[in-house]
Amino acid sequence: MLRLGGAVGKTFMIPYNAFHFKTLCAAIKSSDPMSLTLEQVKRIAHLARIEISDDEALTTQGHLNGIFQLIEEMQAVDTRGVEPMAHAQDVSQRLREDAVTEGDRRAAYQAVAPDTEAGLYLVPKVIE
Amino acid sequence: MINKSLKQLSQALAAKQISSVELSTLFLDRIERLNPTLNAFVTVDREKSLKMALAADARIAAGTAGPLTGIPIAQKDIFCAEGWTTTCGSKMLANFVSPYDATVIHKMHADAGMVSLGKTNMDEFAMGSSNETSFFGPVRNPWDTSRVPGGSSGGSAAAVAARLAPAATGTDTGGSIRQPAALCNLTGLKPTYGVVSRYGMIAFASSLDQGGPMAASAEDCALLLNTMVGFDERDSTSLDRPVEDYTRDLEKPLNGLRIGLPKEFFGEGCDAEVMAAVRAAIAEYEKLGATTVEVSLPNSHLSVPAYYVIAPAEASSNLSRFDGARYGYRAPEYDNLEQMYEKTRAQGFGAEVKRRIMIGAYVLSHGYYDAYYLQAQRIRRLIANDFVEAFKSCDVIMGPTSPSTAFKLGEKAADPVQMYLSDIYTIAVNLAGLPGMSIPCGFVGGLPVGLQLIGDYFAEGQLLNVAHRYQQATDWHQRRAAVE
Repeated sequence: MLRLGGAVGKTFMIPYNAFHFKTLCAAIKSSDPMSLTLEQVKRIAHLARIEISDDEALTTQGHLNGIFQLIEEMQAVDTRGVEPMAHAQDVSQRLREDAVTEGDRRAAYQAVAPDTEAGLYLVPKVIE
Repeated sequence: MINKSLKQLSQALAAKQISSVELSTLFLDRIERLNPTLNAFVTVDREKSLKMALAADARIAAGTAGPLTGIPIAQKDIFCAEGWTTTCGSKMLANFVSPYDATVIHKMHADAGMVSLGKTNMDEFAMGSSNETSFFGPVRNPWDTSRVPGGSSGGSAAAVAARLAPAATGTDTGGSIRQPAALCNLTGLKPTYGVVSRYGMIAFASSLDQGGPMAASAEDCALLLNTMVGFDERDSTSLDRPVEDYTRDLEKPLNGLRIGLPKEFFGEGCDAEVMAAVRAAIAEYEKLGATTVEVSLPNSHLSVPAYYVIAPAEASSNLSRFDGARYGYRAPEYDNLEQMYEKTRAQGFGAEVKRRIMIGAYVLSHGYYDAYYLQAQRIRRLIANDFVEAFKSCDVIMGPTSPSTAFKLGEKAADPVQMYLSDIYTIAVNLAGLPGMSIPCGFVGGLPVGLQLIGDYFAEGQLLNVAHRYQQATDWHQRRAAVE
């Protein structure tokens, strides 16, 4: 499965300094403008589990850097003291009784799978 | 018959002037004839539709029909419908036959007795503003087939505009109902976040996605919304609130209505003729008894940047489920599990989807999470607060839906950033979670212009009222594209 939490590597230009956006902005200005290297693009593609050729990486690099230039506008905003808004409604996660509420539809759900056997999903061997 | 409103169709069905089978056949024949030009539908199944129509006719005969029983509708192909191919505009799901119904589909089929005519084309995984990212090719705008219908609900918009269906469902994450409605001369409504269940609606950005109706008028949208809303145990963010009848306030006079005009929406960046049509519509509202007041949404220029962090971040997480293991496409050749994932996703996703997944993976990664993702969420709060402040001095906010009329196919396809900016007026509404509409308000060079209405939380009834009264005083919404 896709994992997004791991370290991205040490080649990025912007220092991690979350609570001091002025520092961050200064860093962005100094590296003018924020841009991803080809290696970084390939690394991100790998994190996202998307195979990418050298040609595609090059095109993607241009597009992503254009998008990041757009996103950079955010960094000039002082948001100290502003509570992050994760959701449109300030409601807490609903809980329900720990009871089975859905029927068993395994056969119907597995009918659309690329490969199954004896009620199991088949994937390439993971452990030798 | 094809130009009749849902209320008129309902009356015709009740009076036995036409059966649902006949009505559905009328639209299915039109789809067969015109869809090769427009590419609005990706799946049509006459047999399935007519079976539903037959069941609806039985309900009508038995006297157990509801207001929309027997009325045909087009379903955006983002909604899972049992036994129907549900592609979300992607090669990844090109052969996916859904084993279950989305809640919206279930409500329309089982509860309301509506007849689905087919599944409509859309930008791949709803990521796009022109319907050009679809694996199944672009949709053409019925008003000018060299132009885009908007996106991501472009197939739904083109289908209704060309009267291949009397109405359609859409979804709106950053403007995907309102912008195509504007570009195709339709009335479209994005409800308050949490009002319409997201269960079975293939997820793009879960904190922003919301389903809603697209139709020819506010009255049609009100009837459809009545069938779509409601608390759903299966959607963890569904809101449990009293059921409303969205038609109840349609006729209410607009005397004393305070219209807020955000100065940021009336500055530079919008086509001058589009702006003139929007201003004319506001003048019409003043004639109807409304007053205007200038309001400010000072952080609205940050909505596009914040959205392009938040939406891709949520998308990268949501779309991790497409791994070739349980459903959908699997690459034909691979040496190991990791290769299976990487090749499946490389071959199954289109360029725009890959771009957004990669942006998401990056902004959520260690070292960048705070600088991008948390910063975007803080800005989201500022944007939402701007609306709270603005609604202290007005009842409804108005402005353009889209900065231009429908653009040419291919015009913005090569530059993602230009495409993103076509949603500049709609995105803030999703970030705040507010209800928004687009209604027809004029034409520029033969192309439709949309007026955007933004309401306070749960003000759908009021928005529909405000739209309906305008539509009684004007006939923009009754103009039809010539597509014969």
